[in-house]
Amino acid sequence: MITVIHEHKTLNIDAQIKEDNLWLSIKDVEQKLGWTMKSEGLCQDDQCIPYPSDMEDEFLNKDHINVSKFWGLMGKHVLHDEMKETWLLGAGHKERSAKLASLDAPDFSLPDIDGQFHSLSDYRGKRIFLTTWSSW
Amino acid sequence: MPVWQAMYDEVESRDFLIIAVAQESRGVETAREFIEEANPSYLCLIDQTHQVADLYNMVNVPNAVWIDEFGKIVRPSETAGSHDAFRSMDRQDFSQTDEALDLASRAQATYMDAVKDWATNGATAENAYDVSAAKRHVQLPSESTSLAHANFRLGVYLRLNGKELEGDKFLAAAIDLHPDSWNMFRQAMNLRDIGQVMGLAADQEFFDRVDALGEKRYYPAPNIKGFPSEPGYDPKI
Repeated sequence: MITVIHEHKTLNIDAQIKEDNLWLSIKDVEQKLGWTMKSEGLCQDDQCIPYPSDMEDEFLNKDHINVSKFWGLMGKHVLHDEMKETWLLGAGHKERSAKLASLDAPDFSLPDIDGQFHSLSDYRGKRIFLTTWSSW
Repeated sequence: MPVWQAMYDEVESRDFLIIAVAQESRGVETAREFIEEANPSYLCLIDQTHQVADLYNMVNVPNAVWIDEFGKIVRPSETAGSHDAFRSMDRQDFSQTDEALDLASRAQATYMDAVKDWATNGATAENAYDVSAAKRHVQLPSESTSLAHANFRLGVYLRLNGKELEGDKFLAAAIDLHPDSWNMFRQAMNLRDIGQVMGLAADQEFFDRVDALGEKRYYPAPNIKGFPSEPGYDPKI
């Protein structure tokens, strides 16, 4: 079992680590990361990421897929600790930029001090002054 | 927070909400005392991984975004009325001259009045951008900025899960990749328990970095009519 930090979740997943590559089962990638392997490529919503057909071995191996390679194709950042026990699947700047440039306020879900989660989108219909502060 | 509460109390429209997000990697318990003391009637959330800074390309606190009823950004990230006048403060006891305090309070009042106007009048408010102005003002993250956020997030996770030294390497990488982010720099100091002066991550190293900005602002002035334009510090120091 390794720890995968993906979007806003921290997951424990069985993985195969080969050198600097994180291989996860197609089932876990679908159920835990939300990406589905189809004949067109790795898909989420209406987006599919095809892989080079002459390099299939680097992306697919029976029921496992090379998440590091697919994330790299999408310009997303993949980082891990020295022991390769903790992996971070981060966003790329192109997806962050595209979202901001569209002026659609990126949604998030965060807890209040009682541990109750609130999403920005729960408050659609109100004008929102979203501001930050810190203790430090 | 009292400034936001005062503004919130004055706005009569219930179609308006303040969401104040603590960029607080130490988590809920650290934010709790501040929130309970201020006891705000608006929504306070705790963001341990600074995901709001990541999503909205924020670099400091307080940074704010105005979001309309349809979920559209009408003013992208900018300082929520803070002013560089703090740069002239005494570096030991943080005392400020009356002139600097006046400048900071005029800046904040100007900004808060602009928020109040928008909270009440929406799209017709003087400082609500239309779509093309909002697109002109939005600052998009670079590749190194997004990589910095990934490093920061992994660094915070490792630090909070017993791998302090390894976490610090990722935090240091994040700061190198995104030197404009005071959030990352100061949160990392706080997590490492270094550079703390009177409970703030504001030691000599912090002020050296601030001074090195020269004429570049620590808090770039928001494009709001009447916002004080004088720097409030000597840029040659």
